[in-house]
Amino acid sequence: MASIEKDSVSGQMTTGHEWDGIKELNTPLPKWWIVIFWVSVIWAIGYWIVYPSWPTTSNYSHGLFGWSARGQLEEDLKDQKLARSQWLSKIEAASVEDIAKDKSLLNYAMVGGKIAFGENCAACHGTGGIGRPGAYPSLADDVWLWGGTLADIQQTITHGVRNSDPASRGGDGSATMPSFGADGILTPEQISQVAEYVVSLQKTPAAGSPGEKIFNDNCVACHGQGGVGGGIPGAPPLNTAIRTFTKPTVEGVIAQVTKPHHGSMPSWGRRLDATTIKMLTVYVHSLGGGK
Amino acid sequence: MAIVKSSSEKASSDAVKPKASSDAIKLYAETVTVHPRRVRGIFRTIKWWAMAVLLAFWHLAPFLRWDRGPGAPDQMILIDLAARRAYFAFIEIWPQEVYYLTGLLMLAALTLFLMSALAGRIWCGFLCWQTVYTDLFVAVERWIVGDRNARIAMERRKWDAEKLMKRGAVTVIWLLIALACGISFALYFDNAPTLLREIFDGTAGMGTYTAIGVVGGACFLLAGYAREQVCIYMCPYARFQSAMFDEHSLIISYEAWRGEPRAPARKGQSFDGRGHCIDCRMCVQSCPTGIDIRDGNQLACIGCGLCIDACNTMMDKHGLPRGLISYDSVVNQLGREKGGETKFRLVRPRTIVYAGALAVVGVVMLTALVNRRTVEVNILHERSPLYVQERNGDLRNGYTYKILNMVRRDREFNLRVDGLPGATVMVIGDEDQGSKPELDVAADTVGTFRVYVTAPQGSTKGKATPLYFVLTDKRNGSQLRSEGLFAGPDQE
Repeated sequence: MASIEKDSVSGQMTTGHEWDGIKELNTPLPKWWIVIFWVSVIWAIGYWIVYPSWPTTSNYSHGLFGWSARGQLEEDLKDQKLARSQWLSKIEAASVEDIAKDKSLLNYAMVGGKIAFGENCAACHGTGGIGRPGAYPSLADDVWLWGGTLADIQQTITHGVRNSDPASRGGDGSATMPSFGADGILTPEQISQVAEYVVSLQKTPAAGSPGEKIFNDNCVACHGQGGVGGGIPGAPPLNTAIRTFTKPTVEGVIAQVTKPHHGSMPSWGRRLDATTIKMLTVYVHSLGGGK
Repeated sequence: MAIVKSSSEKASSDAVKPKASSDAIKLYAETVTVHPRRVRGIFRTIKWWAMAVLLAFWHLAPFLRWDRGPGAPDQMILIDLAARRAYFAFIEIWPQEVYYLTGLLMLAALTLFLMSALAGRIWCGFLCWQTVYTDLFVAVERWIVGDRNARIAMERRKWDAEKLMKRGAVTVIWLLIALACGISFALYFDNAPTLLREIFDGTAGMGTYTAIGVVGGACFLLAGYAREQVCIYMCPYARFQSAMFDEHSLIISYEAWRGEPRAPARKGQSFDGRGHCIDCRMCVQSCPTGIDIRDGNQLACIGCGLCIDACNTMMDKHGLPRGLISYDSVVNQLGREKGGETKFRLVRPRTIVYAGALAVVGVVMLTALVNRRTVEVNILHERSPLYVQERNGDLRNGYTYKILNMVRRDREFNLRVDGLPGATVMVIGDEDQGSKPELDVAADTVGTFRVYVTAPQGSTKGKATPLYFVLTDKRNGSQLRSEGLFAGPDQE
């Protein structure tokens, strides 16, 4: 028969259970623990009332103050917008040239532009505008396919390159390189000769070579005398090692001349607001050395 | 112990017999609340004064002003976490100068060592906030409930209206003191008059209220309930103080040779042939940590000297010489037994070493402070791309160049590069884009600039060539030269 008794050695009460002569001491949880436990329970009930917690058949209990995580986020975003508005309204009102001249505006636009660049542009043009050879042009060097002034860059970002936007760069086909090989304008032999001449432009041009004549007949209009560029927008200079779609080797040039690769870029004016594009313009301009 | 005793003394057949509960094993010692008795004397007076001065400083210091010019905070002691600045009178510290704090902590530690070696635990006994607040809280109890005996009686009393009222009044006053302590703590972190108003009209930040709650709550619990437990169990200083002590250190010491054998004083009895200690236990009752100093120096003794006051009062009453318990060194105490003179040896190898270390750290700190640079530069090399080759073959590197202008004045600088032949520097946003760009940094701010260095092809040596940025203050021409790297193509 179980009976609660006092243990002689420890002076504690037993639980009253006995198994083969072994009795268990009753060691209750400490009082402070019990108190905290019940306080937590009461706290939890208060929490249910104040905060949304219980699902109902069609909705949920909204709590006393109608707090929600989404509402909190919207509140925070509103605060953020308010905090930024004094700068953003100034940028909205200023031209990109004015922003570049005002040091405090420039500082803000550079930071904002860097973030916008990371979110929208870096996927193709790389962090810091390093570009990807063979696919996307570098923005970090001093070669600008579509012009390197602030206004040029703003125009290129707003309308993009070779897309459905009527104002896009080369959208009217004016900056499309002919397929000299695929369309049979030049023979493969001629292409090899001109390619050798183009590669030689980087160092000492091979004057008087057959390639030079072919170049002067077919390429100078767009790529400039001696390949210095500047013929038409979108035609890169050829007298440097900087290339976008080809390696600066004979094979690379042959591939491009035979069946040219053309890049395109979305019209960001349809996706981003004018203020963001201004900040992006100033940032991209600075990447190329800001000249 | 009880088990061993029971099995050895009695036969095993007796073991079933239940024993008295007083024999039960107690592995846990209940905390006995210490109720110090009120004493009067020199040490008590010193303690009141120390408390008054320290509490006055703690609560008033945030309101002291210090003019730093327009736009700058005018609070003498201010740790502005939001703006990342700390102000101590004429010193303004930026986050990267937090090593001053290390120096300050070293000074504090060495001062504590020197203080202990020279004069014993005067930090523990008179200056520590735990001591000061415990003393104040006990004074409140004494004012509302009464002295030691009344407080003991109150503790044993069953809960009734009077106990509820008196304990309630004590708790409320304690809470108010703790609240004041917490608020004063918060005031060191923002403009005190403004923040004080904000705290009371409910517009102060959550962080402020949390800080007040944590510091105030700690004050309430530690000074109200934990008390001497903090000194005995929580504080590391009590544990390592013995390493600071030698036989010449001043400690609270009982002259056992004069006091023993102790016995209660009887009327008309002569003190010939017996000790001067009348075993009145006043020293024990007045002790804020509840120890018996007659057992010798021990780590629970915080060196407050209240037992000395208590003992001297009793000695005066019985016409015996004072100083049975005294603030003295072991050497003197034992020396007097043989009729030796009381001598204080302040200059000892230990104190010389502590004082020397203190002086060295102090001089280093002072030198650092006097030669504190008012401009600092951080240079971050652009990693993507590491370098760019321009169409004419020149190499270009990008840097983020930060100028920390640590004075309250707008400054203009010129930047040039050195160490790389033919290299030119250009700053984004610099209008004329000349060869010596101008950089303007507003007062007490960090100016961030995007800087490009262009070097002709062939001027670099391999992947990284060292170069120097030279920043010149346009006003006084002082220069700051900092090393950087110029990245280029690998050259075989």
